[in-house]
Amino acid sequence: MVKIDAIMGWKKLNLGAAITEPGSASLFKTGSWRTQRPILDKEACIRCGRCWIYCPEAAYSPNGDGYFICNLDYCKGCGICAEECPVGAITMVLEEI
Amino acid sequence: MGKRIGIEVSIAVAEAVKLCDVDVISAYPITPQTHIVERLSEIVADGELDAEFIPVESEHTAISVAAGASATGARVYTATSAQGLALMHEILFIVSSMRLPVVMTVANRALSAPISIWCDHSDIMAERDIGWIQTFAINGQETYDLTFHAFRVAEDHRVLLPAVVNFDGFTLTHVIEPIEMAEKEAVDRYLPPFQPKLRLDPDHPITMGPVGVPEIYSEARRQLEVSLLSSKKVIVEAWEEFGRIFGRYYHPIETYRTEDASTILITMGSATETAMLAVDSLRDKGQKVGLVYIRLWRPFPHEEFFEAVKEAKVIAVLDRAISYGMGGGPVFSEVKASLYNLTQRPYIKNFVAGLGGRDIPIENFIEMVDRAEFSAANGLPPTYEHLDVREE
Repeated sequence: MVKIDAIMGWKKLNLGAAITEPGSASLFKTGSWRTQRPILDKEACIRCGRCWIYCPEAAYSPNGDGYFICNLDYCKGCGICAEECPVGAITMVLEEI
Repeated sequence: MGKRIGIEVSIAVAEAVKLCDVDVISAYPITPQTHIVERLSEIVADGELDAEFIPVESEHTAISVAAGASATGARVYTATSAQGLALMHEILFIVSSMRLPVVMTVANRALSAPISIWCDHSDIMAERDIGWIQTFAINGQETYDLTFHAFRVAEDHRVLLPAVVNFDGFTLTHVIEPIEMAEKEAVDRYLPPFQPKLRLDPDHPITMGPVGVPEIYSEARRQLEVSLLSSKKVIVEAWEEFGRIFGRYYHPIETYRTEDASTILITMGSATETAMLAVDSLRDKGQKVGLVYIRLWRPFPHEEFFEAVKEAKVIAVLDRAISYGMGGGPVFSEVKASLYNLTQRPYIKNFVAGLGGRDIPIENFIEMVDRAEFSAANGLPPTYEHLDVREE
């Protein structure tokens, strides 16, 4: 994508480009940066939540059944969840374009 | 009117900072700036000033702490020289881009190597493009006065930018000069308490200095550039108000005996007063020579500069730094750039002198005028000369 459009004009930008709305990072979806996605094998998962704890993007969240599901709008595909999973229940697979 | 006393200029600067009621001083000692922060640490330790004095482990940290403290809404001061300023380099851009009104005094000193603790302007010239307001003092009284001015302009809501006050290492820092000290009541009238527009507050969280993706970085930088360019109006206003309260008047560009001058010397910093004596001497001989000294270096006052030099046929620019590989010094480049679009451009010649504490006596300025006029009269290319270097 050619980046030629500004999000807003400089006159409307806060002083020093400060962000005055807390938690607004969630408005910025960075999942498109990903080259690999995590696939969870629910049969193998022991629902320990390490993926949720270690994810640097806080992309994982509990789904109510005790599992932790990755939100692909934010997952950058770093693979830390797969690396940290103690039972190998998460596999990183190449994103197909 | 304040009392006039004999005082070392660095100590006077510390007294000015005290009168400005700063909240945080974050500094690391380096010659020739040391006396300022040494005196400030005494002032704080003795309970004369209710401020946090943070003795950090490096200049990189000194300016980083200053940035953080300023972001919480504190009035913040620091000072440095040469290698210390160079070590601050990466953070200096962040302070201006985050619009933090930190005030810093720079005791101008040569950069290593060889190691030199003495004066030239190579330290600040390497930081020309940091986005700070930058002024130059020619003597101790000016350094003292420009300190109050720096806080007032930096914190103005139309500006909100950091400011550097430059004064020459040793030539000014360590000299005892009669300085008219300001009354606290007058300083309070001149400098209202700092009211931050945005500040870090746990109850109202904000993010300062976030990631600037390509879709917003240009706009953030444009905001900084427009703010710095338009700060000139506030800078001039604040000097006018300073004059009304303290009786001393300052301008972005200052002139000395430039009426009908066909040759004009351009200087910055303490060498200016020596150049004035050279001008007096040449005027006594009937030569039409004047002097223009640049007080406001950033934002560069193009209009005022043009007004000051427009009648001149020959201009001789002093540089106390070299822009290595360009052929000349940074002041020369700026002066030429500023006048390039004129249809009738003056002949502009550059002289590098006074590096690493080499004195620039009156005779040097007379030589600059003679050589510039000779080169112009003989149609020689206006190259730069390193004036006081031994060629053998």
